[in-house]
Amino acid sequence: MSPRTFTQVGTRPIRHDGVDKVTGRANYGADFTLPGMLHGAVLRSPYAHARIVSIDTTAAEAAPGVKAVITGADIPETNAKLMLGEGAIDLHDVGDNLLAHGKALYNGHAVAAVAAVTADAARSAAALIKVVYEVLEPVLSVDRAMAADAPILHDNMATKGQPGANGPSNLASRMELKRGDLTRGFADADVVVEREFRTATVHQGYIEPHACVARYGEDGRAIVWCSTQGPFAVRDQCAAILSMDPANIKVIPSEIGGGFGGKIVVYLEPLAIMLSRKAQRPVKMVMTRDEVFRATGPTSGTKIRMKIGAKKDGTIVAADGSLYYEAGAYRGSPAGAGMMCALAPYRIPNFLIEAFDIVVNKPKVAAYRAPGSPMASFAVESVLDEIARQLKTDPIDLRLKNAASEGDLAPYGPPYGPIGLKDILEAARKHPHWTSPLGKNQGRGIACGFWFNAGMNSSASVTLNMDGSAAVVTGNPDIGGTRVAQALMVAEELGIPVERVRPGVADTDSSGFTDVTGGSRVCYATGMAVIKAAEDVREQLKARAATIWKVDPSAVGWEDGRATPPAGTEKAEPLSVADLAAKLSHTGGPIIGRASLYAPMAGPAFGAHICDLEVDPETGRSRVVRYTAFQDVGKAVHPSFVEGQIQGGVAQGIGWALNEEYVYDRNGIMENAGFLDYRMPVASDLPMIETVVLEVANPLHPYGVRGVGEVPIVPPLAAVANAMRDATGLRFTELPLSPPRVLAALEREHEPVGAGTGAGQGGRR
Amino acid sequence: MSKLHIRSTINGEETEFLCEPHESLLEALRNELGLTGTKEGCATGDCGACSVILDGRLVPSCLVLAAEVQARTVTTIEGVATGDALHPLQQKFLEHAALQCGICTPGFIVAAKALLDRHPNPTEVEARFWLAGNLCRCTGYDKVIKAVLDTVAETRKAAV
Repeated sequence: MSPRTFTQVGTRPIRHDGVDKVTGRANYGADFTLPGMLHGAVLRSPYAHARIVSIDTTAAEAAPGVKAVITGADIPETNAKLMLGEGAIDLHDVGDNLLAHGKALYNGHAVAAVAAVTADAARSAAALIKVVYEVLEPVLSVDRAMAADAPILHDNMATKGQPGANGPSNLASRMELKRGDLTRGFADADVVVEREFRTATVHQGYIEPHACVARYGEDGRAIVWCSTQGPFAVRDQCAAILSMDPANIKVIPSEIGGGFGGKIVVYLEPLAIMLSRKAQRPVKMVMTRDEVFRATGPTSGTKIRMKIGAKKDGTIVAADGSLYYEAGAYRGSPAGAGMMCALAPYRIPNFLIEAFDIVVNKPKVAAYRAPGSPMASFAVESVLDEIARQLKTDPIDLRLKNAASEGDLAPYGPPYGPIGLKDILEAARKHPHWTSPLGKNQGRGIACGFWFNAGMNSSASVTLNMDGSAAVVTGNPDIGGTRVAQALMVAEELGIPVERVRPGVADTDSSGFTDVTGGSRVCYATGMAVIKAAEDVREQLKARAATIWKVDPSAVGWEDGRATPPAGTEKAEPLSVADLAAKLSHTGGPIIGRASLYAPMAGPAFGAHICDLEVDPETGRSRVVRYTAFQDVGKAVHPSFVEGQIQGGVAQGIGWALNEEYVYDRNGIMENAGFLDYRMPVASDLPMIETVVLEVANPLHPYGVRGVGEVPIVPPLAAVANAMRDATGLRFTELPLSPPRVLAALEREHEPVGAGTGAGQGGRR
Repeated sequence: MSKLHIRSTINGEETEFLCEPHESLLEALRNELGLTGTKEGCATGDCGACSVILDGRLVPSCLVLAAEVQARTVTTIEGVATGDALHPLQQKFLEHAALQCGICTPGFIVAAKALLDRHPNPTEVEARFWLAGNLCRCTGYDKVIKAVLDTVAETRKAAV
C-alpha cells in the first residue's frame, strides 16, 4: 500500500453530535415518549435457582391501571440460532432469559411483566403476581458446577466437545487449541512457572440503563425505539423470538449511553412489543440500576490455570493452560475467545490451551469489550512477569524476545499480517515512564494484550446536496465518536470541509443492513463502506463533469477535490464538488453514493501498558499513580477519540483489577447491585492516562485503520497485578485487588512494603 | 392521593408543575417538565448523571423530592448555555472530546459549573475530588479533567 497523505483524516474536529450532548438535547433510550404510552415493569426471581411451580396473575390483572400482563407462556419456544456480533446466539436461551419458563436460573431472572398507565401502577401490580417457587440449591462457582453431585441447571444440556460425555451436565462445552509437543517443550525449559488465577464477575457498567418504547399496530407491524448497539440485531432477535416477520419490525436507535458489548442481546424490547400487542397501546420500559446489575449480562468470573516454560535466554518453549469460564445461566461464555487470545502476542512452539464453558446460577454473560481476552491475558502476563523475575531479565525484553510479528502463525491458525507489537514494546522501553524513579510503597508492572477485531457486514450511503454539502448515513449507533470519523472519511474523499458533512445514524428501514456497533468494527468495516460510498459519489461527479465537458467519463481526473478535464479540452476549468453540485439538476439529478460489504477479516490489535501502583500498607488500599498505554491503531482517523477509547478501556481494566466484583451471599443473591457498592473508578481514583499511539497500517483498510476500542481493556489486569507484585513482593492471583484482600495478604506475609522489596524490574529504580 | 402544586424558578423562569408527593425532582424534571437533559443512571445518588444546582448547591436530583423545590431556584443542563452561546465548559468539553457516549456529560457539566461558580481556580486534585460523584464509564476522566482545567486556564487568562 502506497503511503497516502491525508488532508482531514488525522485532524480533531468537534463532533457533529456534540452540541446536542453538552446541552442535554440529545435523546437517549429513556428520553422518548409517545401519546397514550403505558409503562412496563418486570417481576424478577428473588432466588438464584428455583423451579417455578405456578404463576397467578389474577390480582395483578385486576389492579387499577393495569392493561396487560405477560409470562413465559406468552413467548413461543424456538430452537433457532442467529448470528449476532461476533458469535451465534441461541434464541431458545434468549427467549428463556427474557421470561423464565420452567425455572428461574438466577436472582433477577424475569418471570412476568406488566404494563400499566403509570410506572408506579406497573410496579405495584407486578408485586401482586403470585409465584410459587420450589427453591433449589444454587450453583455459584465453576468448581461447584463441575462437581459430581452438583445440581444441574439444564436437564437437557450435554457437554459439547468432550469425548465420552453423556447425560446432562453444567459443562456446556470443552474446546482446545494445541501446537507442537508439550512434553518435549517443557523438557527444554530451564524455568517453569505455574499458577492458578481467579477473576470475579464484572459488569460493563454503562451509565445508561436499558430502555425502550414499543408500539404494536393493528396491521401487525411494530416500531421499537431503543438504546442499542445494533438496531438490526434488535429487529432480528425480536422477530425470531416473537415469530414475527422482520419486515414487520422497524427499530429506531436512540443515542446510546454506553454499551461495551452489553447492549446487543435484547432484554426489554420483545417484552415491550408483547405488552403493546396485548394492551394495544405503546409501552415504555426502563430498567433500574438494580435490574441492570442483576439481570443483564456481566462478563464471566473465571478460574484459570497457566503453566509456561522458558529457556535461560528467555525463549518461551511451552505453555499449558486450562480456562474455566462461568457462562451464567445459559451456555455461551467467551472461554473460546479467551483460549485464542491468551498466547496471541507470542511465538510459542508448543502449547495446549483448553477452555471450558460452564453454566452457573448467575445472569447470562454478555459481550464485554474484548470478551474473554482480559482474564486469559491476566494469567499469561502474570506468569511471564514471574518468569522474568526468575530469569532476572527485563520484562519488556522477555516479551520482545518472544513477540509475534508479520508472518508468525497466530495460535488460532492464520499468519499475522503487519502488526505493531514489537513497535509498541520498543516504544514502551524507550519511554521515560519505564525508567522513571518510583516512590515509597510503589511498584511498576507491564503487560501486553491482544484482540482480533471484527469485520462483518456494513452499509453506508452518502448523499450530495445541491450546495455541495453531503450527508452520510449508516446503521451503526455512535458510542464513542464514530459519526465524526465517518464524516472525516467523506470529507477526505470528496475534498470538502468536514463541517459540511452531516453524519447520521438511521433506523432499520432507512439504512442498509449493518452488523452491530461492536468488535471494534465501526471505524474499520463501516468506515470502508463509507469510503466506498464517497468514492461512488466522486465517480458520479466525474461522470457529470464529463457530460458538461462532453468528454469520455474515463478521461476525467480528480485532484484536490476537483474534477479535472482531459488535457486539451476547450474552455474546461477544473470543477469543484460545489461547482458540480450546483449543476446537478441539469446533469441528471441528485447523487447518492452507496456501498455495502462483508469484511471477512480485520487487522488484529495489540497493546502494551505500563502501570505504577502505590500501596498503602496500613489499609491495603492501592492507587494507580501513573499509567501509559501503547497501542498500534493502524491509522487514527480522529486521534482524540482514539485516545479516548484507550483511556476508557484502561479505566475499566483498572476497575476490574482493583475493585469491581459481583458479591453474592451463600444463596446466590447479589449483595452489591448498585454503584455505591459495585465500585467503579471515579475521577479521584485515577491519574491522567497517557496514550502513545503508533500507526502500523492495516493493509485490509484503504487508510490502514484497525479496530481500536477493545484491546485497551486487556493489559490492565496484569499490568496492575504485576505492579502490585513489584510494590509488595506478593504475587496476587485473584482479582480484584481490593483493600481487604491486599491487607490480609500483607498481614499474612509480614513483609515490609516498599520500593526495593520486590525483585525489582531489572533494577530500574 | 392528590398531586401537589409546586412553583419554583427553573433555569431562570417561573415554573409551575404538579407532582406526586413521593416523586423525585429528577422524575418531575423529566416527566412533568420535559427537561430530559437531566439523566437517570442509578436513582440512588451514586452516579451524578442527574446533577442539578439547587439554590447554588450541587445536588443529585434523584435524591431531592420534587415538592422540596417549592419557592426555590433550580438550574439544569438546559439552563447552562446562555442564548445561543455555549457555556465555556460546554465549549471545552467539545474541543477536548471529553465525551464519548455522552450520557454522563450533562451531569459533569452541571457539576463542573457548580465547582467553578464556587472555586474558580481549582487544582487538578480538587477538580478530581469535586467530580468524584459523577461516574463516567467511557473516558477514564482524562479528557473531562483536561476540559475543566482548560476552562479554568482560559477564564483566568480572560480575567487578566
